Amino acid sequence: MKKINLTKGILAITLVALTVTSCKEVKKEQHIDNEHHSDGSHDDSTMDSSNDMMGNDQHASKSTALVANYLELKNALVADDKDAAAKAGGMMVSAFDDFETSSFGSEEQQELKDIIEDAKEHAEHIEKSPIDHQREHFDVLSKDMIDLIAITGTEEKLYQDFCPMYNNNKGAQWLSATKEIKNPYYGAKMMSCGSVQKEIN
Amino acid sequence: MLVNDVPKQVENIITTSCYDCHSNNTDYPWYNKVQPVAWFLEDHVAHGKEELNFNEWADYSSRRKNSKLKSIISQIEDGEMPLWSYTLIHREAELSKDEKKIVLEWISKLKDSL
Ligand code: HEC
Repeated sequence: MKKINLTKGILAITLVALTVTSCKEVKKEQHIDNEHHSDGSHDDSTMDSSNDMMGNDQHASKSTALVANYLELKNALVADDKDAAAKAGGMMVSAFDDFETSSFGSEEQQELKDIIEDAKEHAEHIEKSPIDHQREHFDVLSKDMIDLIAITGTEEKLYQDFCPMYNNNKGAQWLSATKEIKNPYYGAKMMSCGSVQKEIN
Repeated sequence: MLVNDVPKQVENIITTSCYDCHSNNTDYPWYNKVQPVAWFLEDHVAHGKEELNFNEWADYSSRRKNSKLKSIISQIEDGEMPLWSYTLIHREAELSKDEKKIVLEWISKLKDSL
């Protein structure tokens, strides 16, 4: 019994500690997170430092492999093809491993590291999950990719799309190379749900 | 608002139902000594902790926290966690409808505040 109580005590401390940390971080990251929470759109004016990197050719080429794999994954989900999605997920895992951040400024390196750590985990899950689960992870992976591209830029012109229905009407974003809406979260069930939020190039 | 306010109830639920596999504080009862069960637990604890470790929470980036909270919500909503094979031998870890609701509400709030 005593051991259990002790354990609980530690847990309580851990939980409190985690919320304290989260609160501290809220201030720092608020302007970035707000973008996801309000309407999911990215307001360029709040991302000054990343903006400088946009269209920087040296950096844009860094995202090329990732974007290609991501688009393959997206197309597989549009086609309701779990196996192709899993394969593309696996390719993204390698592309994240190969991603070299050393040419970026230190703040950007940190941001990229956080993004890649998170995104890689989602790609790993996509590699080995049923399609519903792949789509859940694709939701967060898409946010990660949008944030990554805000730092690196992209060689290919991309469309940032948004479907307000997915995830209990919380909505979800994705990136596409074509203007026409083809929904990766619903596939054939609701192919045309969504609209273009933004063009990125 | 969230600083000191992890409701006791939420804490108890998560502790009972998730910590055996998702923290460094495992609380194995007697059946830990029974080999097949011990193997089963070891495997799940090792793997579960890789996915999510509440003790490492403070070190997660806020991006990762957000991601994990979303994942926790969907795992609980879909009834995938705690693992059914675990609740078979650990009945008290099973989440009732009310417990689910309490945890989900709190976690959603925490997520929105990040
Ligand atoms: C018997 C051990 C066990 C218990 C108890 C348990 N989990 Fe898990 N959990 C695992 C394992 C193993 C995995 C990784 C493999 C999997 O997804 O099945 C996992 C994965 C997860 C993931 C990541 C899944 C994903 O796809 O991102 C989350 C989130 C999670 N658990 C939350 C919880 C929560 C919340 C509870 C309590 C309500 C809980 N778990 C209880 C073993 C456990």
